[in-house]
Amino acid sequence: MKCQECGEREATLHFTKIVNGKKAEFHICEHCAREKGEHIPGSNSFSIHQLLSGLLHLDKPINTSQDKVNRPKELVCHNCGMKYEQFTRTGRFGCAACYKSFEDKLDPILKRVHSGNHTHSGKIPVRVGGGIQLQREIDSLKAQMKQYIEREEFEQAAETRDQIRALEEQKKNQGEG
Amino acid sequence: MSLQKFISEAISPWMKKDGADSDIVLSSRIRLARNLKEYKFPLLATMEESSAVVKQVKESLLTDDNQETGPLELVLMEDLKANEKRVLVEKHLISPNLAEQSKHGAVILSEDESVSIMINEEDHLRIQCLFPGFQLTKGLEAASRLDDWIEERVTYAFDEKRGYLTSCPTNVGTGLRASVMMHLPALAMTRQLNKILPAINQLGLVVRGIYGEGSEALGNLFQVSNQLTLGKSEQDIVEDLRDVVMQLIQQERAAREVLMQSSKLQLEDRVYRSYGILSYSRVIESKEATQRLSDVRLGIDVGLLENVSANILNELMILTQPGFLQQYAGEVLSPDLRDERRATLIRERLKLENDTNE
Repeated sequence: MKCQECGEREATLHFTKIVNGKKAEFHICEHCAREKGEHIPGSNSFSIHQLLSGLLHLDKPINTSQDKVNRPKELVCHNCGMKYEQFTRTGRFGCAACYKSFEDKLDPILKRVHSGNHTHSGKIPVRVGGGIQLQREIDSLKAQMKQYIEREEFEQAAETRDQIRALEEQKKNQGEG
Repeated sequence: MSLQKFISEAISPWMKKDGADSDIVLSSRIRLARNLKEYKFPLLATMEESSAVVKQVKESLLTDDNQETGPLELVLMEDLKANEKRVLVEKHLISPNLAEQSKHGAVILSEDESVSIMINEEDHLRIQCLFPGFQLTKGLEAASRLDDWIEERVTYAFDEKRGYLTSCPTNVGTGLRASVMMHLPALAMTRQLNKILPAINQLGLVVRGIYGEGSEALGNLFQVSNQLTLGKSEQDIVEDLRDVVMQLIQQERAAREVLMQSSKLQLEDRVYRSYGILSYSRVIESKEATQRLSDVRLGIDVGLLENVSANILNELMILTQPGFLQQYAGEVLSPDLRDERRATLIRERLKLENDTNE
């Protein structure tokens, strides 16, 4: 089969795209694929970012006349200089500090991408996150203590309280160390 | 080079081991996306910064022994020829993106190639662990230990609220992408996939053909992976995926039973026709080759075809890709020539199989 772009070389890439809900088949050679910047199946897909960028634009507030008068200054990451608009276009952050720079905008975006979640509850790195790990344990013990009190199991509640105190002490020493 | 020697060098050592349920799950993969705190992400990094990342990772990781992975070796993309990079992509050790577009891209590989750490891909580090068969839980444990070992030596970009910070918001949180490569020929033949795959998408998992997003499944090989990376623990993410994969395995096995009971002769005919084509054809396109290999592999798995090793599918799927064909030929091949060489390689490989059995 010849490439449908140049008509000269053999088509080596065959893929299906859904365009406006219609299935379209493409048969092109690698040369034309590269020229067109066509996404080569298996390559790190650009489509996810386009899709994401489409999602990110959804969070634009509906302009009211008020907005037009005092336009907010554009958000820019203080560390790498990435503009928020650039992030919504590319669907990627420029550096770790972008997360703080665009903090106020991120919850709805992350919720959309991660089925309603916007806060991490997985692994914590040992070196960077020692304090965080302790805080998590403290929080979970506090919740447990509350339950004991509600059930009037005061002995267990007191034991848990002592555990919490010990951990808080540990955390304080860590901060000073 | 003899074919036997070529194959033994071409196939990653980890692939030669056995794993659970390997008649349906060919391999399991755990990938963790990580970034170094003090550098811009690769997207915005200057050439100097990217080069500094490679230097730092090299100094931090390669001067130390890792008992579990064994010796690690760093390979710079700029030191590789185009076809050598292509071969690494076909072995799933690096992404096409790293091979083609990265600034100062590099990869760290373990000797058995079960560990691959890409440097300066979309994130500074993409830690990848590969396992034969269905081994997600064990895979996660091993990847997590390697992650701990790396974190003792470099400082990760981590945030209490958002977790591991990544370039793309689709990876933030755990940075974890767990995936399995599945061979589902009976579900495809019995037309059940069209019903099952959308249902899997509803469960927050992604199903793709073997060649990544947007491509049709070649040879009935599918990659099933988690979509969300934030808000659940790594163990929960892997467990949810594992449950769905277990169901898929059961459904595929049931579909194979049905085929064997209701249309054994037709199935046998199909398997042997494909085996015949692979054994005798002189020119074969990659699309047909993967389909025929899928038939043969199914024949082996349901016991209709004996004296051919099951590994042949995984092996030939990889060996008949353009990069490997060119490496075996020792030259760049036009697509037409590739089709001829592909047919030759498959014939020789099957003949090798017969010779060993005689």
